[in-house]
Amino acid sequence: MMGTFADPFDALFSLQRALDSRLESDWLQGATAGMGAYPPINVFQQDHDLVAILELPGVSKSDLEIQAKDNTIRISGKKDIRYSEGASVHRRERSSGVFDRTLTVPIRIDPERIKAEYRDGVLALFIPRAESDKPRTISIN
Amino acid sequence: MSPQQLQVQEKRELAKKEESTVPARIFVPTTDIFETDEALTLAVEMPGVDRNKVDGNVENGVLTIQGQIDFSKYAGLRLLYTEYNIGHYPRSFSISDRIDQDKISAEMKDGVLTLVLPKAEQAKPRRIAVG
Repeated sequence: MMGTFADPFDALFSLQRALDSRLESDWLQGATAGMGAYPPINVFQQDHDLVAILELPGVSKSDLEIQAKDNTIRISGKKDIRYSEGASVHRRERSSGVFDRTLTVPIRIDPERIKAEYRDGVLALFIPRAESDKPRTISIN
Repeated sequence: MSPQQLQVQEKRELAKKEESTVPARIFVPTTDIFETDEALTLAVEMPGVDRNKVDGNVENGVLTIQGQIDFSKYAGLRLLYTEYNIGHYPRSFSISDRIDQDKISAEMKDGVLTLVLPKAEQAKPRRIAVG
């Protein structure tokens, strides 16, 4: 490993570089069987578990629904944009509507222990690997 | 009519004019601008930006907003699959004298920054009573 000083930009650099080379991996294998590609997902690994991070700006927690079964997770809801009465719109860049996306992970997970955190328009799903899926150390006699 | 399916909007990356000392990317945040008799309202999407990391100021008739992302949350995570990139969100708009610059208010909710720019008194539409 490198010297004693941790480069504070290391985490930033490696994240940016990795996100940059958009992986054309088959990792999710066309597994998003839901109706579309919104919201966009980034999936990370933390030790043995997975962390999925999704961006949903403007969606309130009450409009968001997450369901999990076997190794699929379904994220659905709606994004409402409301203008004041009698407003004239000068610029319209944001979009509103409904979304429904299903994510299938290629490892065995424990749906009961999935934790979801939603803050500032970002949904983070902590997906723990099933105990039965973790490698077991075999002792030698 | 059934509500429409949301489509993914690709983030628009900004090519920087000067080099910055911090190696983060910057993206143009999608913004809606609408106007009522009372005020001009901007709704700026900055997902992942905490309200303490938003800076806004008005100088020489230019409103500049900047939302900073906290990358430390990603430390210790190894990337497996990616669909979007992450960066800071700056944007600036020139605003006219018709805005009361001292009374601009801002609110951050669910990653959307809503700025209300109230119109200066003399700029509000006034009804002319015809005798």
